[in-house]
Formats: sequence, structure tokens, C-alpha cells
Amino acid sequence: MQENGQIFRISIDSKEKGSEAKILEKKLFSLGFETSIEVSKVYTIQYDFSAEQITAIANALHNPIVETPRINSPSKKEFSWALELGFLPGVTDNVANTTTEIINDLFKINIGRNKVFTSKLILIKSDNLKKEDIEIIAKELINTLIERFHIKSAEQYTEDNGMDYIVPKVNIKEEQNVIAIDLNVSDEILTELGKKGIPDPVTNTRRGPLALDLDYLHAIQAYYKKEGRKATDIELESIAQTWSEHCKHTLFAGEIDDIKEGIYKKFIKAATIKVREDLGDKDFCLSVFKDNSGGIIFNDDWMITDKAETHNSPSALDPFGGAITGIVGVNRDTIGFGMGALPIVNKYGFCLGRPEDKTFIYRGKNKTNPALTPRKIMDGVIHGVNVGGNCSGIPTPTGFVYFDDCYKGKPLIFVGTVGLLPRKLPNGNPSQDKQAQPGDNIVMIGGRVGKDGIHGATFSSEEMDEGSPATAVQIGDPITQKKLSDAIVKEARDKELYNSITDNGAGGLSCSVAEMARECGGFIVDLEKVPLKYPGLPPWETWISESQERMTLSVPDNKLKEFMDLMESRGVESTVIGNFNDTKKAIVNFNGKEIFNLDMEFLHDGLPKRKLITKPYPYRTEEPKITIDNQKALFEKILGNHNNCSFEFISKQYDHEVQNNSVIKPLQGKGRVNGAASVVKPLFSSNKAAVMSQCLYPRLSEINCYDMAACAIDTSIRNCVAVGGNIDHLALMDNFCWCSSNEPERMGQLKDAAQACYDYATIYKTPFISGKDSMFNDFKGFDEKDNSIKISVLPTLMISSISIIDNAKDTITMDFKLPGDLIYTIGMTKDECGGSEFYRAFDKFGAKSPKVDAQKARKLYETMFQLNKKGMFSACAPVNQGGLLITLAKMAIAGQLGAETDLSKAPNDNLPIEKIFYSESQSRFIVTINPKDQDEFVKAMSDFDIAKIGTVKEDNEFIINNKEEQVIKTDIEKLEKIYKKRFEDY
Amino acid sequence: MIPKVLIMSGYGINCEKESAHAFEKAGAECEIVHINDLISKKKKMSDYNIIMFPGGFSYGDDTGSGNAFANKIKNNLWEDLLEFINSGKLILGVCNGFQVMTHLGLFATDGDYGKRISSLESNTSNRYECLWVNIKNNNSNCIFTKGIEQTHLPIAHGEGRFTCDKNTLEELKKNNQIVFTYCNEAGDDAENVYPINPNGALNDIAAICDKTGRLMGMMPHPERAIYSISEPEFHLKKEIAKRENKEIPDLISSNFRIFQNAVDYFKDR
Repeated sequence: MQENGQIFRISIDSKEKGSEAKILEKKLFSLGFETSIEVSKVYTIQYDFSAEQITAIANALHNPIVETPRINSPSKKEFSWALELGFLPGVTDNVANTTTEIINDLFKINIGRNKVFTSKLILIKSDNLKKEDIEIIAKELINTLIERFHIKSAEQYTEDNGMDYIVPKVNIKEEQNVIAIDLNVSDEILTELGKKGIPDPVTNTRRGPLALDLDYLHAIQAYYKKEGRKATDIELESIAQTWSEHCKHTLFAGEIDDIKEGIYKKFIKAATIKVREDLGDKDFCLSVFKDNSGGIIFNDDWMITDKAETHNSPSALDPFGGAITGIVGVNRDTIGFGMGALPIVNKYGFCLGRPEDKTFIYRGKNKTNPALTPRKIMDGVIHGVNVGGNCSGIPTPTGFVYFDDCYKGKPLIFVGTVGLLPRKLPNGNPSQDKQAQPGDNIVMIGGRVGKDGIHGATFSSEEMDEGSPATAVQIGDPITQKKLSDAIVKEARDKELYNSITDNGAGGLSCSVAEMARECGGFIVDLEKVPLKYPGLPPWETWISESQERMTLSVPDNKLKEFMDLMESRGVESTVIGNFNDTKKAIVNFNGKEIFNLDMEFLHDGLPKRKLITKPYPYRTEEPKITIDNQKALFEKILGNHNNCSFEFISKQYDHEVQNNSVIKPLQGKGRVNGAASVVKPLFSSNKAAVMSQCLYPRLSEINCYDMAACAIDTSIRNCVAVGGNIDHLALMDNFCWCSSNEPERMGQLKDAAQACYDYATIYKTPFISGKDSMFNDFKGFDEKDNSIKISVLPTLMISSISIIDNAKDTITMDFKLPGDLIYTIGMTKDECGGSEFYRAFDKFGAKSPKVDAQKARKLYETMFQLNKKGMFSACAPVNQGGLLITLAKMAIAGQLGAETDLSKAPNDNLPIEKIFYSESQSRFIVTINPKDQDEFVKAMSDFDIAKIGTVKEDNEFIINNKEEQVIKTDIEKLEKIYKKRFEDY
Repeated sequence: MIPKVLIMSGYGINCEKESAHAFEKAGAECEIVHINDLISKKKKMSDYNIIMFPGGFSYGDDTGSGNAFANKIKNNLWEDLLEFINSGKLILGVCNGFQVMTHLGLFATDGDYGKRISSLESNTSNRYECLWVNIKNNNSNCIFTKGIEQTHLPIAHGEGRFTCDKNTLEELKKNNQIVFTYCNEAGDDAENVYPINPNGALNDIAAICDKTGRLMGMMPHPERAIYSISEPEFHLKKEIAKRENKEIPDLISSNFRIFQNAVDYFKDR
């Protein structure tokens, strides 16, 4: 350990117990451990510093008002157990990197990388805890995939004079050589190669899945036969990345049944083409489906971009790391759009198992390799988006959580980013156009490359099982990316210092360089130039690693110096790693030796076309018969259930005020109710605003996938319209998260959903501008009795909507505003409780899914927009999950005003009162209006089904009648309590 | 004269744009300057009249919020900063900027710049909090807050719990250095009740200034709250005004005043 310098251990103790220690005590108490806790920050530094220097460092690392430092000496505090938590070797340690910068700046030196390591020392005082208990605590606090822990009793600690000095350096023993692989082998060996990966010649262990099927391997085999040589490992790994489902979306692109062009072209892309044709000169699309995000017109000078991604597999293994890299990753889809857009909004959507579900499931037999519990996944992903978004200075006004047991094995973690960029660069060129030129330098900027995130793309194209690699996990470093983002979007872009830019996402350099090279024709990379986090990475890993916070740019020679100087002055590491050319060849050298030489055409288009078939999915056909004993109790149950209750604790830990663009915030009204859409006004110089929503209806996938997609589209649009959105300037995005996509029935569901996407997008005239799919969201493993289990997510389609409006002031929130206002319902309530929260309360799915009449709905949305602009409504809410009654309750809670209504008056198909309450029929709203506007309102709505159902009350009573009968009587305080109870301690 | 404002940027600061806008709206001339351009002497502090340390996450809050950025200033720009302060100019720090100023020791009760007297610790919830709060002015000395009694604006931070020892607190009171404290809508002290006091700050302290009243640090974000449309109550207020045939004013004057006061300070100079 001593070979690289002396090891110092600086510990920073708090003078008084801090919030972290107090919250930790509470958490341990909830686990059944009564303790008293002290937390210290520990910096382990390996470098030959003098005593004075190390004291100066310790001084720079603490605030003397509240903290005291210790150098190489043990704590004098009284405790029973010492527990130290730190990172495993190679895991990005952001605090250590900042500390290194502090030290370098302090002494004007450069101590180099991997000299500082941070950890946390927790001193636990307790009378009765055993070592096993401390181990349980440790495992509760960390993720053993990325973090380590060490335990010492007080006696041991005293005897050893403190904790051990641990330097978690990466030691790579692998060879850096490139392996040649003979593909002239049997199909059996080929299949094994595809499924388990390339065997390491020394250890003979497999490197992890290539996720290449036999037909793909045959194509590769044929290519090398023609070339007359063996493949290299880096070539195979690279082809696997480029051809992965994650990158090529083969299930969406492949021929399916009689649809030659595949689902994507036939339904999604075709819808956008038709909408743009129909819109004619009102077409507002600027860049669709070809870039990292989609781009639409904001006004004459500005463009808005939108993109939504998922990070499901990484989040299942490491929820914090998966979510933070998800959100900062989708930020790069914005920075990497066109010549670079500024992220102005982050969005999230978490589909999770119920957090109180504590039944373990395992990836391995005999209770080995347990999956993380839903609660741990929930805490981790919430915190990941918190750190990623907040640290990046991007507001998060929009998001949702959705709970269902189907997400227990694999959560769905949606992350999205809206961006803003001028439509023209200073030189007059459209900002969405970019093209790498032959001769341009390939420049990688941002973070360095390590072993993190190896096989991310191929891994998410597979089902999750015991062999799922831990190295697929990535750790985010939002500040490195913030520096990069500012330097690009706020400076380099407008100086026109590069010709093209793209994100390093799935597949790392192998995908970003190869993808950008399509713009000019070829590339040569000298791989040894790529800066590494630690020495010893084999070339193939450097090439495909998904280490985060990196982008690839194409920089011409005459701009190179200015570009590199700018990056250096902004603390952004940038490196020339090769050149683009027009040779039609993709070439990678390592220390002067060619290790990779493929035809560009083969690399990108050599994969054989798939032929997929579908079978009809056996949808549910049984409609339940439900009897209700107590209407009020049922109402309270549904209002307080997972999917209707408040998730304010998430909304308020995400900064939604930064950039000063928020107009309709995540929480609406005095009563702070989670809304379905948000509004931002991104320019100080204009009142133009963007309206956003996201929505999904996974339970309908069991009943009718066509309706599932239709409802998602209608709801997403309706949510926008309710706050003032304009359907004539509204774009959509699709995020398909499917399961078991190798089963024809599941593909049958996909086809149904895609057909609805086409039908509804074209009738609504709302184009899809971007989309993404994740096709294998299945968990395979074992239950507590060692039975083999498979948990598949319900096929889930998240539809995002974004609408541009002229005036942010013409928006409307859901909260009741003034007593005496009239309450109206708009839209027809039908016998459509299939998949509803109402049926969920009885553990039923039902069979009658909501049907969407898009022609009628579009007319309604046009009218609503016009009335909104006039200021007709004092409050407006879309009727979503839970139906009319839940929506009404939320409007009352938000406004802190009561209401008396007769819901039987709401236009309906002669339904029993509970179905009027809870049916989830689409295209409906509840609005309030000033009584003096009644005539004008009724006249304007003459084509639609409306009914006055009651009035807003002065007091806080909430009364629901069914004709003469009073069905529910309660008050706002009680409702608010129920609405906010479930997560009040989260 | 029209004051020139240096809006500090770099390393994760993220509120520079809205900060510059607020000062510009108040009539100042603003420049967003990367700290490395000051260190490399491409830009000079002495060319400016006001420095603003905006909010953000400098160095990701690693080693304590504001600490690493303060270290960078101490190591490279300390003399320039002292000269700036001693020439009678103004400094405003918001959120992360307040944290940086705290670590720089700009609020010393004996006027000895460079001595830390307080700390902004993790919120009692140990979690990032983003919500709107009410604060009231307790100060007659601070340049930035003249004419402000009470105002309403957002906080957004993980480490905003003001703390110091008893003697320091007494000194701060004696010196008229406590500026804003958290209160309820009616103006009553928060008395450390969440969420009226959103972070558990000692004595509900939300902002302090130096002895001269020219340097102020505050946790809440006035630059995010100069327009009425940013208020969570905007839609309610709009509806009430409409029924009275009125319109609500564009600006939230009690927040805008902070920037206006800073600009006005240089009016006759």
C-alpha cells in the first residue's frame, strides 16, 4: 500500500449532532434499533505531504464553527460500534475529485488522479447491538454493488488506534492485448458467444452478453469470411453495441406480419408525416426522429426540444446511480441536439412496486442474490433525480409516480428534458443542422473512461437474471456535466467552434463516433489517447464503456486551438482522439497497431432484417359485479391509494424554481395538490410558454392495448388543455416499455398500441417528435420458497405532450378559487371502469376499457383553448385516475374550499352512482365559472355534454349528493389528511 | 452612475441568468464572469461596483456547500476581493452564494473580513427543500433591504440551517447584522416551526449582512420572485383581481426592491 506515498486519514467531526445523524437515528429506530449516532466525513489521502501541508488541507476541508478535524488519530467519542462506509474501487467518488482540485489549487500542484478517497464514519452507541445487527444496518445504508463497509467494535477500534487506512484503488490484472476470435465455428459455439460473451483467454470466464442472436452472428461470420480473417474482440463488442436492440430498435424496425416497413415506420413515423402534411403551413416541427431530441417551433427566434428516456435496468440494480445517470443522460440528449440546446425542464416518471411490500425475491436459487426491495428502489431513484436535476440547475416541474406490483422486479424509470435553442446560429445557419466534415478532429470532452457501464446497451436488450453484470451500473457526476454543458451551450456553440456534437450514451465512444462518422463517411481513432480514470483498461472496454458525462464533437483544425483553450479555461477536460474522414472505413488503432477495421456500411447496415410475427393477446373479458356497503369508506380508500394520493415529498425536494421559468408548479393551490401538467415561461423577454404533461395507463394493457394507447394520448393532451394548452401547437413523444418481446402475443399488444398511436395522432393532428423503447422489462428469479418466478411489467406506454402557448398568463390551475362559483362537468361518463382505480380497490381489472372519440375530443379541446384564453374558467381540472369524484375532491383540497354537488347530474349513460363517481371515461373536465358567465359558457359549449353539478362553498364542507340522497358528507381537513397521509413520513 | 454588476459563474453555479436579469431590470449593467477569467486576469473585479454570488451547486456541494468555491477565491482572489470591499462597493450572495460568503468569512462581527462566524448546515429534514416562504426585515442598516418590511419568495436548498454560537448571535443582533427572518404570512416569527422556517435556522435567520450593511447573504431567492407570475398564488390573485375589475401588478416590488436598492446606492456616486 505504501508504494505510492504516505497515507493520511483526515476525519472531520461535527461539534454538535447534525441533521444527517439525527435522521439516521430515526431511520434505524424504524428498523428496530435504538441508537445514538455520530457521523464523521473521512478523507483518505495517499501522497507525500508534509505535516504542515496536511494541516492546511484539513483546514480547507472543514468549517471551524461547527466542525473539528482529526489527522491520523482516532475519535475520542464514546461509542459501541464504528461503521465505515465507502466506495468500492473504481466507483466515481465526486467528493474526492473536488478535494483533489482543492488540494491542487491550494499548493498550485497537480497530485494526479486516485490520490484521494472519501468515506463516512458512523459511530453507533447502543447497549444491545451485536455485530450482526451492525451488518444489517450497513447493508440497509449502502448498495453492496458499489459500496463497501467495515465494522469495528469499540474495543477493537481502540486497540487498532482507529479504523484501517483503506485505499480503494483499482488494480487491473487483465491483459491489454486484443484477442482474435475465430468465427468459423459451429452454431452452438456461436450461440454461446452471443448469449454469454467472449471468453477471456486466461481465466476462461465470459465477458458478458453480446446479445447477438444466431442470425446476426451468421451475418458477422459471413463478413469475416469475405474479409478472410478472424474478428478482433473490440470489433465484435462494437458490432454488438451498434446492432443492439437498444441502439437499432430491431423490434420496432423489423418486418412484422404483413407490415414490411415495421411498426415504427408504419405507425409512428407515418403518423408524423401525415400530420405535418395535414398541418401544411401550420406545421411546427423542425427536427423529428433524427436527432437526440425532437425539435418544434417556439417562436420566430427560438426552438423547443423534448426527449424522454428510460433507465430501467440500471435502476433495478443501483436505483440512485441508475436514476441520476438517467436524468443527466437525457440532459445530454438536449445538449447534443442540433448544435446544442440548453436544458430548461427536467421531467420524471417512476413506475414502482408498492414500498410497503417487503416480500423478498431473488435472482439466484436458494435465496441468493436478492433483488432490492421496492422501498429501497423508490428511495434510491427519487434521490438520484434529486441530485442529478438539482445539481445541474435544471428545474423539475413535472413528474409522476405510479405504483403496481408488476414493477416490483423491474421498475420503469422515465426521465425527460426539454431544451431551448435559437433557431439560427450567429452565422445564420439553422441550429438543428450539423455535419461532421472529413478531416475534422474527433474530440471527446467531459468525464474520463473507466470500467463503469460496460455492456449497458446489450444488457438492457436482455431479460434480467442472475448473470446481470454489476459493471452495468454507472455513477453520475452532475458537476462535471454542468461545466461541460455551460461551456458548450453558453459559449462554444455561438462561437461556432465545432461542426457536430453528440452524446456518449449507450455504447459509449463505439456508438457516438461511429454514428457521427455517418455524417461524413469514416473515422480513424487512436484509442490510447482516450483519457482513463485508472490505467490498465483493455481497448475493447475503453471503446464501449458507458462512463458518464462525456460528449463527442467534430472540431475543424482551424477552430481546434480556440476550442481546446476555452474548454481548459472552463475546467472541462477535452482530448483529440482521432479524425473523421470519407474513406467508408471505421478504423481504430491502439499504440500504432490497427485493432479494428470495418466497413462503415457493414457496421451500420449489416444486420439482417428480422421477421416478426404476432398473435392476438388473450385480453381479459370478465367484468366484475361489485357491491358497495359504504360509499364514504370506498371514496376515502381510493383518494388515499397509491396512485391518487399526494407525492408532495418528491415534488418539493426537486427544485422547480431555478431559472425562474415556472408558472404552473408541481403543486397547485393553497392545499398543494399534485397537478397533471405544468407550465414554464422560458424567456424573460416574452410571455410565450410551454405546457407539459406525461401519462400512462398500463392496466388497460390487460384489457385492450389499443385503448391503452388511446387513453394515454388523450389524457396527455387533455392534461395540457386543462391548464391552457393549445392542441393546434402540441407535440407528442412515445416511450414504449414492453415485456417478453420475444413472445408473439406481446408483439400483438405492441401492434395494437402502435395502431392507436397512428390513429389518434393523425386525428388530433399532434405529431410524434421523438420516442424510445425498452422491450424486455422482465424479472426472472425465485421467490422465498425457491419457486421459479417471472415478473413482467404490464406493457406500458408513456405519452409525453408539450404545447406552446402565446401567453403564460392565460393559464389556469385546478384549485377552487372563490365561493359561489358554479361547478360544471364536461364530457360523457360511460360504463368504462375497466383498469380503473375503482376496480383496483377490489383487486379487479374488468373488461370495459374507456373508448376515445378523437374527432369529438379534438373539437372540445379547441373550444376549451378558446374559452381558457378568454379567462372563462376560474378552475379547471382534467378527469383522470379515480374519475369525477376524486378530481372534485382534489380541486376542493387544492382550493381549501368546500363544495356541494349532485354528481348524478353529470351527463352519463344511465349509470349507477358509483360508476359515475369512478368511471375513467376519457375527454372529460371539471371546471368552475363565475356565475355571471353562465350563459356565455353554456352557449359556447352547446355541442358538448355539460352539466352544472353544484357550487363552491364558503365553508369547508364537502357534500356529494345522488339526487335527493346525500351520499358523502365530509370536510376539507379530513380529505386533505387522507390525501396526504400515505407518504407523510417519507 | 449606472453600476456594473459582476455575476460570478462557473463550477456549478446555476442562477446567473436570472440574477443578471433582475439587476438589469433594475437598471444595472451586468456581466456574467467565469471565476477562471478573474483568476487569469482576463477580467478585473475592480471594474465592477457590485458582485453577486448567485445560487447553484458550486462543486456539487462537495466538502460542504460553498466551501470549495470559497477556497478557490481565498487561494486566488482574496486580495482583489478585500480591495473591492474596502472601496465601499456592494456584494450580494443568494443561496449557494450566501454559503460561499459564509465560508469566506465576510460577516465577521468585529469587521475582520476572512473570519468565519457562522455556518449553513443541512436542513433539519436532511433533504433538499423547494418551497415559498415569508421573510421579514429586521434591519435598518442593510443597503439592500431599505424600505422592505416583509416579502414572499422561494427557497431551494439542502444546506440552509443558519447556525452560530450564542455570543456571535448576540453580537449579530447588537451590530444590526440580522436582516431577514422567516415568519408566517401575518408576520409572526416562525419560532422554528416547519415549514414556516423551512430549514431549522437558528432564530429563524434567513439573511445576514456585514457590519457596514453593504454585504448581504440570504438563503431565499429574490431573483426568482421579481414577477407576480412566478408566485404560486398568481392564478388565485389574478381571479380575485378580475372580479374586482383590476389587474395584478407585473412585479413583486418587495423582492425587486433588493436589486433596485443596490442600483440606487450608486445613483449619486
